[in-house]
This record gives sequence, structure tokens and C-alpha cells, in this order.
Amino acid sequence: MTGAIAEVVGVRVEAPGGALLDHVDLTVLPGEVLGVVGESGSGKTTLALALLGETPPGTRATAGRVTVAGTPMLHVTPAERRQHLGRIVAYVPQDPVLALNPAMRVGRQVAEVARAHHDRRDETIDTRAMRALRRAELPGDPSFLRRWPHQISGGQQQRVTLAQAVVNEPRLLVLDEPTTGLDVITQADLLAQLRRLRDEAGCGILYVTHDIAAVAGIADRLAVLYAGRVVEEGPTSTLLSQPRHPYTAALIDAVPDPRRARGSAGLPGVVPPVGARPSGCSFAPRCGLVERLCLDAPPPPAHVGTQHRVACLNSERTGSVVVSAPTVRRVSTPSPRTSPSPANTLLVVEDLHAVHRTRRRQVVAAAGISFSLDRDECVALLGASGSGKSTIARCIVGLHRPTAGTVRLGGTILGRSVRHRRRDQRRRIQLVPQNPADTLDPSRTVGEQVARPARILRRRSARQAVAEAVELLDQVRLPTAVAARRPGELSGGERQRVALARALAARPEVLVCDEITSALDVSVQAVVLDLLADLRTELGLAMVFISHDLGVVASVADRVAVLADGRVCETGPTREVLESPRTPVARQLVHAAPRLPYRDVADATSVS
Amino acid sequence: MPRDPLLTAGPGRHHPFLMLCIRRSLAGIAATCAVSLLVFVGTDLLPGDAADVILTRSASSGGGTPEQLAALRAELGLDVPWPQRYLGWIGGLLQGDLGSSLVSGRSVTDVIGSRLGNTLVLAGTATVLLVPVAVGLGLWSGIRQGRPGDRVVSGVAVAAQALPEFVAATLLIAVFALIAGLLPAVSLVPPGTSPLARPEILVLPVLSLLSVMAGQSIRMVRARTSEVVRADFVRVARLHGIPERRVVWRYVVPNALGPALQLLAGSISWLVGGIVVVEQVFAYPGISHELVQAIISRDVPVVQALAFAMAVCTLAIYTLADLLVVALVPKLRTGG
Ligand SMILES: Nc1ncnc2c1ncn2[C@@H]1O[C@H](COP(=O)(O)OP(=O)(O)OP(=O)(O)O)[C@@H](O)[C@H]1O
Ligand code: SF4
Ligand SMILES: [Mg+2]
Repeated sequence: MTGAIAEVVGVRVEAPGGALLDHVDLTVLPGEVLGVVGESGSGKTTLALALLGETPPGTRATAGRVTVAGTPMLHVTPAERRQHLGRIVAYVPQDPVLALNPAMRVGRQVAEVARAHHDRRDETIDTRAMRALRRAELPGDPSFLRRWPHQISGGQQQRVTLAQAVVNEPRLLVLDEPTTGLDVITQADLLAQLRRLRDEAGCGILYVTHDIAAVAGIADRLAVLYAGRVVEEGPTSTLLSQPRHPYTAALIDAVPDPRRARGSAGLPGVVPPVGARPSGCSFAPRCGLVERLCLDAPPPPAHVGTQHRVACLNSERTGSVVVSAPTVRRVSTPSPRTSPSPANTLLVVEDLHAVHRTRRRQVVAAAGISFSLDRDECVALLGASGSGKSTIARCIVGLHRPTAGTVRLGGTILGRSVRHRRRDQRRRIQLVPQNPADTLDPSRTVGEQVARPARILRRRSARQAVAEAVELLDQVRLPTAVAARRPGELSGGERQRVALARALAARPEVLVCDEITSALDVSVQAVVLDLLADLRTELGLAMVFISHDLGVVASVADRVAVLADGRVCETGPTREVLESPRTPVARQLVHAAPRLPYRDVADATSVS
Repeated sequence: MPRDPLLTAGPGRHHPFLMLCIRRSLAGIAATCAVSLLVFVGTDLLPGDAADVILTRSASSGGGTPEQLAALRAELGLDVPWPQRYLGWIGGLLQGDLGSSLVSGRSVTDVIGSRLGNTLVLAGTATVLLVPVAVGLGLWSGIRQGRPGDRVVSGVAVAAQALPEFVAATLLIAVFALIAGLLPAVSLVPPGTSPLARPEILVLPVLSLLSVMAGQSIRMVRARTSEVVRADFVRVARLHGIPERRVVWRYVVPNALGPALQLLAGSISWLVGGIVVVEQVFAYPGISHELVQAIISRDVPVVQALAFAMAVCTLAIYTLADLLVVALVPKLRTGG
């Protein structure tokens, strides 16, 4: 394509076991945002790095070419490549905490990148750095510039990495999952800012993510990556409203939507690992439309509309059939509920006050929180980061001592701390914590840890407990082999599911879930939500569900309580609150949430 | 705790570094007290006491009568319960009085004074040379991990580390003293003079110590450096086109140095043990001769004084290294 800022042509990146990327063709136009989406392991990071002429350790680019602003990036000498990096193409890494030099002040970190491409004595270095900081909407005052990376918030850290990337006014920005780990409001800010940046600087942007909802609002075009190949590519609106590849359709369907409280569809299975990819279409093992022909050779990409390419032999049937394909199961919709019924009340939190004390300060986390929870009901707590959600969760299970207020379970007032609660009371309320790494014992195997609650809280024999543990691990879609491993040998998403299995082992009546889905990509997330929905219908499990993902909240919660400044400022049925929030805080949260803009069209065209 | 920039912000706190220095120093003093107790109890529990040893030695026929033993114990103050003796010892320690040798009757300060000085000269010289060598070579080979320079340094370091001190010392003597005849094979220091007056006698003992300790230290610094080299922020710095030299000096070195020094403190305190062997091989007039003699003859006051001195040195090195690390790592320095 002429006038493209970046061109990727037939790129193949190979490890000894197989190809990480194969036959990848992409272009980015000036001032355009190209979103690249795919599940974990689909090759997104590898593609992002390829645009910088970099390949993961132990791998090589064995075919194709990458050019940015007319400059080849692959197969050039390191010295030549260094000249281009940061100047014509710049990278915004996934995790700002790890990407900033802990021993360099914030202002210096930005200036250092400017200095890399300018003479040391050039006076414009500082003005460039200041302009970049302003563009990234960071304060430019000396006291901020002199801070160390650990002294600024997560959102600010991400902005510093953005300022580093734009300081030399590159022609192409490559962003790798820039919003994972940020709360919705910070995330919305960052996306809005990226849009302004693109307009102001006129650079092209390649935005890599597993979060379609986040990228949908900013990308002009989308490319869907699966097992190292681009399976579909097209304008965002077309792709989202008329996906032609079964994988794209399933991926879109797996995204819970705040305005569509009907639950999301699961997307079973995972991306086949490098070296174990089928010879034909690599989506075949998970595809509902698979036929014999699909297994022979990878389907070649074909144009199905203006700028719309898809690599599927059955692309004309997608959209009508895939949704009802046998492998895709729809989650049961939570029964709509309007108001809590007093006779059925299980858990009552009344006028809860809680603070955090540090050496010097006292932070109020809860200042009179009240809400109640019915049997088999799910109440979601919504609030911006720092609004005290986790503290409330910990007070309910007795891990944080409230300064005032009560927690009542089935009419009985519970002790303020776990130590003052009876064994059975402890069993009935279980927490799945936000960061399972903190609460899993690194020295015990997963199997032992999942078996423990049954032995200790329910007095099951060791054998019986282990048998139950194996079953629970299976329910959260973890292979049995995981039972013998220790938490350190699991990925973040796997650990999260172990924590869930461990909480369920106690057979609780109330499950308190603190941000349990943020580490999971859509397909696993859909499986976990599905499991929770089943447990609610089968066992009558009640849930307090904390999440900043409104899509998830919409698909699991019956009622929502919106928190601000340590108080509940709005409650109501999920649908009502998400569709017509009454308070400013709730409005801000709902509007900040990323969503699929073309979802309504998609719903209209698919059978459901 | 929710992430709140107001809580983690450093500016505005009251000299967190100063507070930390004070805290660590206090901790060091507390540890010294604990160590003194351990040393006292430990040496006191040695089987047999000085009275046994003295009597065995003076009476040509084995041991004395129980009466003689009791009398001697009373004379030496060994019949008092140990907490009381401990307090007495500490009291003396604070006034610089370490008691007197049970064997020779001379004051302990006299017995070990000049020898402790000689040992400190040897240990000090070795340390002053070790730190730059270990940090320099460790950083250098860690940065060029896997390249020929690193292979050579790492190979030599492993070999040196595997060599026991006395073998290293003997080899050095063979090469430099016996074959080349350049340096003295034994390090005699006339009483009343400092080893620094004749630096050539220090060369081989210091080299022996270094040859063994540098191996392990270089490897530790190298391991830490190669960890930093693989860190995300270094990779990202390269992706920003920052020149390699800047990456090394501004990104790798500052982050590797602090932890490397902490690791080095471990090897330096280990030097306290290695020095005993080296002093023996070179007949160097340090504390090791006294220490061995005192242990054999159950000369408790001398053993206690020496053990305590070694423990205090170790503690001092660790505390110093801790403070250095805090000074070098912004996150620790700002109390974040
Ligand atoms: N250095 C490497 N050598 C061999 N295989 C690798 C290497 N790095 C990654 N892989 C494999 O290549 C595939 C693509 O990896 P990549 O990191 O690009 O995925 P991703 O889409 O970014 O996933 P995530 O969303 O989890 O970050 C994965 O199956 C991964 O296991
Ligand atoms: S080519 Fe066949 S297996 Fe692959 S996605 Fe299309 S229908 Fe499914
Ligand atoms: Mg990735």
C-alpha cells in the first residue's frame, strides 16, 4: 500500500520448535490506529516487537520484511537499528512498573530517551522532554520530575512510558497491552489521550491487546491474530458488526457487555502452543464450522469486502451459525431481581467503618457502608481504584478489623476478626482475593492447598478432601497435573483459578470475589463466570462481586452498589444502574467503561 | 492497602535516610549485645575448664585431686554462677579490660593487642583490594554474559573458588618465593613493628586470600548483574535506542551495585575464617596462633576476647553494607 507508515510483509518468526508468527501481512497508515487482538499466546507481543526489528530470545525472523517510514527494520546492523529505535518507531511496554529504571528520576527517564537521538549539548533536550511530559498530561513541575518511579501512581507510571515514547516524535507508536492493570477511569483517560496524541502528532499507532472492548473505541482497523497468523483484518466497524472468521465472532461474543445483561458465551479451549499447531487451519480444534477441507492446509486470506480480509474456508457461514455451534455454550442469565426481600436475607453489612493506618497517616476506606445480600443473590461493588472495595471485602471475611459497624450472617452478628468467629461461620463466608499470589502458600502444592479447607473447615478425611480438590480443579478448567505443582509454577490466570477452587472447597454460602477476572483473558474469564453461574443455580451460592469490569458485572450481578468516599452512593438493579446511573460517580464509572460500540448491530444480525 | 500516590510519595517525609541509619545502627548495637552473650555462653560451655587444663599440665601424673581443682576454680573465679561472670566480663569489656590470660597471667589486651592489629592490616588490605576487583570484574563479565571475556573470567573464578586457601597459598609460595625468589615465603614481623613497614611480606598472604575470595565474590556480583541485564527496563531502554554505553552506566550498574555490595559483605565476613589458615601457612603473626593456643589450653578470657572481636567485625561489615545499599537504592532510601 502506498503512503503506509509501517509495512509488514510475509513475516515469519521462528523458534527451534516452530513458528511464532507466520505469513503476517499488515500495514499502518499515517494517523491511523491499527488494533491487533488475540488471546494469550497468539503472538501479539512477538508481532509488536517485530515492528521494532526485535525477535524474542532464541528466535529468528526467517522470512518477510518490516519497513517503518521507508526504513527496513529486520536484517540491519544493530547500530543502524539503534538509530531508528525511539526516533521513527517507539515502544510503550506492557508493564510500566517493570519498564521504568528504578534508579533514575522520572524527568531524567524521559530526557534520557531524547538524549539518545540528539547531541549531548543540544539545549532542546530539556524542552523536548517537557513537551513530551505535557503531551502525556503529566505535571512538569520540578518536584514531580525529581520523583522516583516508585513514588508515582500506576497511571502516572504508564504516562511516563508514553512520554518516553513520544519524546522524539516517532512516526509509529507500538503499544503492547498498555491498559491491563489500570482501573476503568485511568484506562479511559489513557485511551482518550492516545487519540489526542495521534491527532496532534499525526503518528501511526499499532495497539496490541487482548481486550477488544478497550481497543474498539480507538482503533480505525482491527487485525485478529490467532496462533501466529492474521486470521481476519478489516475496518473496526465492519469487523465487529460482521465478523467473518469464527474465531473473531467467538472472541467478540466472549466479551461481556455492560449494556447486555444476558451473560457472555464461553470460548472453550486455548491457543495451540508453538510446535503443536495443526497443519491445516489452526483454529480447527475449536471451530464449530470445521470440515475435512479445513484440515489440509492453512486457509489463505481472501478479500470479502473493501479492506476486509479473512482466512477461513467457511467465512460466508460465520455470523449465522457460529453462535449456535455445539462447542459454544451460553451462560444462563442471572434471574432478574428488583429489590432485596427481607425474608430471604443472608448477609447484612451495617454502617461499616474501616481505616488503614500507616506510620504517619490514616486513610478512611469505609465510612458507613451498608448493604444486604439475599440467598443466591449476587451484589457487585463498583468504585474507582482506592474507593475501599478490597477493604470492605476483607472486613466481611474478618481479615480486616472494622472500627465500627457489624456484619451479620443469617441474623447472627459475626466477630470482627476471623479469630473471633466459629469454624462454621468461617466456612460459610469465603474470600477469593484480588492478588492470589499473596495468599497462596508458595511451599505447598496446589492440591494440598485446595484440599485444606475441606479438611479443616468441614472435617473431611484427607482422602476425601483430595478427591474433592481434584474435582474442583477440573471445574475451574485446570488440568489435574496442576495439583502437584506449586503456585510459583503457575501463570497469573491459573493462580487466580486455584484461589477460586480453594474458596469453593469450603462449600461456602457467601463467596466474596475481589477482582477475580482481571488477570484472565476473555475465554478463561467466560469459563469462570459460567462456573459461578452454575454454582449459584445449583447450590444457591450468594456472592459479593468486586470488579472494575462493567461487562463482567453486568453478566453476573443482580444488584450493584456504587461506592465513593467510603460510602454507598447508589444501589439498584444492575440493569438500571448501568443503563441510567443517577449519581455523578456512577455516571463517570459507567461512561469510562470500554464497550463494543457495534455490539447492538452484531446482536441484531446474529441469532440469539 | 489501596494504591495511593499520596501515601507513597517521598518528598515531604522527614529524612527517612537519616532515620534509617539510626535504626540500623541501633540494631547493630543490639546484635552486638546478643553476640556477646552467645560468645560468653559458647566459650563457657567448652568441655573442661582452665582449671582442668592447668592442673593436667603442672602435675606430671594425670590431673589433680578434686580438692586442688576446687581451690584453683575458686582462685580463678570459675565457681561463680555464669550470669554473674557474664556481667563481670561485660563490665570489664566496657572499660577496655578484657581480663587476664589464665595460662600466662598476662593481660589479654597485651596478649592479643598487637596481633589483632596485624590481622586487621592483613584483612583490611585484602578487603580494599577485593571490593573493586569483585565489583569490577563481576559487572564486566555479567554485562557481557556468554561472550568470551565472561567465559574466561567465570572459568577462572570457579577454579579459584574451588581451591582451598592452603593450596592457593602453597602454589603462590612455590611460584613467587621458591622459583622466582621475588618475595619472602614467610611473613615474619619483628615484635613492635607494623607489617606495613615491610609491605612485601603482605603480598603473598593478601594474594592467597584474594585468590580464593575473589572467585566467589565475582561470581555473585556477576549473577546479580546478569539478572539486571535481563530486566524489562534494560530491554525497553535498548528499544528506545539508548546507546549501549549509557544502558550499561545509567541502567545496569546503578541497579546492580547495591545488591552486589550486600552480597560482598557476606564474602568479606567469611574472610575472618579464611585468614586463620593463611596466617598459619605464612607464619604471619596474627591472631590465629593465639586463638588456636587459647582454645587448646582452655584459656577462656583470650578465646572470648578473640571470638567477640571477630563477631563485632562481621556485624560491622554487614551493617555498613546494609547502609550502603540503602544509600544506593532510591526505593529504600526514600522509605518507599
Ligand atoms: N523466546 C521464545 N521461544 C519460543 N517460543 C516462544 C518464545 N517467546 C514466546 N514464545 C511462544 O510464542 C507464542 C506467542 O508468544 P507471544 O508472547 O507473542 O504471545 P502473546 O499473544 O503476546 O501472549 P500474551 O497475551 O500472554 O502476552 C506463545 O505460544 C509463546 O509460548
Ligand atoms: S477454515 Fe475451517 S476450521 Fe478454520 S476457522 Fe474456517 S471453518 Fe473453522
Ligand atoms: Mg504479550
